[in-house]
Amino acid sequence: MIRFQKVTKAYARSGTALRDVNLRVGKGEFVFLTGPSGAGKSTILKLLYMEERPTSGQVRVSGFSSQGLRRRDVPKLRRRLGIVFQDFRLLEDRTAEANVAFALEVTGTPRSAMPGKVSRALAQVGLASKTRAYPRELSGGEQQRVAIARALVNDPFLLIADEPTGNLDERATRGVFQLLREINASGTAVIMATHDLELVRRSEYRTIELNHGEIVFDSAEAAPQAAAMGAD
Amino acid sequence: MLSIGTAISAFRRSPLLSALSVTTIAFSLFAFGLFGLVALNIRDALRRVEERVEIRAFVADKTPVERLAAVAAEIGAYPEVGIVEIVTQEQALERARKELGEFKDVFDSAILPASLDVKLKPGFRDPGHVRSVAGRMRGYDFVDDIRFGEEWITQLYKLRNIAGVAGAALGLAFAAVAVIIIGATIRMAVLARSTEISIMRFVGATDGFIRRPFLIEGSIKGVLGGALALGLTWLAMRALERYLQFETLFFDGQLATMGLLFGALIGFLGSAVSVGRHLRKV
Repeated sequence: MIRFQKVTKAYARSGTALRDVNLRVGKGEFVFLTGPSGAGKSTILKLLYMEERPTSGQVRVSGFSSQGLRRRDVPKLRRRLGIVFQDFRLLEDRTAEANVAFALEVTGTPRSAMPGKVSRALAQVGLASKTRAYPRELSGGEQQRVAIARALVNDPFLLIADEPTGNLDERATRGVFQLLREINASGTAVIMATHDLELVRRSEYRTIELNHGEIVFDSAEAAPQAAAMGAD
Repeated sequence: MLSIGTAISAFRRSPLLSALSVTTIAFSLFAFGLFGLVALNIRDALRRVEERVEIRAFVADKTPVERLAAVAAEIGAYPEVGIVEIVTQEQALERARKELGEFKDVFDSAILPASLDVKLKPGFRDPGHVRSVAGRMRGYDFVDDIRFGEEWITQLYKLRNIAGVAGAALGLAFAAVAVIIIGATIRMAVLARSTEISIMRFVGATDGFIRRPFLIEGSIKGVLGGALALGLTWLAMRALERYLQFETLFFDGQLATMGLLFGALIGFLGSAVSVGRHLRKV
C-alpha cells in the first residue's frame, strides 16, 4: 500500500532531512514513527500526502507515485487520506459539525448526504452531544477528536497523524490514542508520528525509529531477527 | 453556487476586513475616477473648441451666386467636409456688426467680401486635413483668399496631443497604483484565511475550488468599491461645481458601467494574483 524506495529529501536551507529511506507499510497496519526533533518524521508524513516530493527515489501511496504525479492530481490522493495535526487546525468560527462538514463540502459531497455522514463521524469520535460547540468551547482532547472526525468523514484508507497527542494532557492522550486504535481496528491504516515513548512502549504496534534522516530501528524487521536469535 | 455562498459568507465572517477592502478599492478608484473626470472635461472642452475649426474662402466680387452654389455642392461632397455655407456680402456685414457691435457703424456692405464657410467633420479637424481641404479650395479661380487660423489649429492640436499623452500616462499610473493597493488589500484577506486554505488543501480541495470563492469575493468587492468610488466622484463633482461655479460633464451610463466593470476586473485580478501566489507557497 505504501512504499518508499531509496527516498532522499534535501532542503536548500536546512540540508538533508531523509537519506536513502526504504519502507513498506501494508494495508490496515498501525505504525509509530518516533525519533528526536528533526529526525525526519514529519518529512515522511509530508511525502505521504505529497506535500513534498522526494529529491531522489520514489514514494508510492496506493497507486499514486511521487514520480510524475501532477499537482492537480494531488487532491485525488488527499481525498483518500485523513490527516491530523498536533495543533488541530480547526476553523474557530465554525461549529464542530461545520468543521467536519467542511471536508465534505470541499470534496463535492451532495448536501443531502452531509448531515448523516457528519453525525456518524462525530459519534464515532464520541462527540455526538457536542456537534454545535465551537472549538473554543471544547477541551484540547475534544478539539483533536473533531479533527479526527474531519479526517475520517471521507472514509480514508490511511490516517496520517503528526504528533496528535503533543498538545494534550495524559488523560486526553489516552483517549485520543484509544480512538486511533479503534479506527485502526475497523480497517483504516494509521501512521502516527510521536515523541511519546511511553505510549509507544505500552502498545504492540510496529515502531519505526528515525535519527538524522535514517531509519535506525524498525520493529517489523527486528522481530524476525529476535525470533531467529531465540531459536538459536 | 457553493463558491458564491462561500464568497458571501466571507463578508459575513469578517465584516471589518471586507469593509476595509471595499473602502480601499473605493478610494483607489475614486482617485482614478477624479482623474478620469478631469480628463473627460478637458476632452469635452477641446472638442468644443475643435468644433469651431472653420475654413473661410473669400470670394471675388461679382462671382455669380449660381457658380458659388455649384462649387459649394462640390466642396460639400469632399469626404472631410461636414457643412458648407455661402455667406453673401450682406450676411457678412450682418455678422460683423453682430460680432463687433461697437464698430457697427464703420462697416459698409462693400468692404466685406462674400465667402464660402466650410466646417469639417469630426476626425478631420487636424492641421493636415484642414490644410488639404484649404489647398483644394484655393484652386477655384474666384477664391481671393483663404483663412483657417493655421497657427491656432496647430497649437490646438499640439495641446490636444500633449493632453492625450499626459492623460494616458497619468491614467496608467493611477490604474497601476489602484491595482497595487487593491492587490495588497486582497492579499490581506487571503492571508487572514490562510488556515482555511491550508485545511482545504489537506482535505483534498483542488486549486480551482480554493480559488473560486476568492475570485468571486474579489469581484464583488471591486464592484462595491467601484460603485462607492462613482458616488464619491459625483459628490466631489457637485462640490466643485458649487465652489467654482461652472458646469462639468459627468460619466454617462456607459462610462459608469465601464467603471464598475473595471472595479470588478481589478478585484478579480488582484484576487487571482494573491491567491495564486499563496497557493504556490503553501
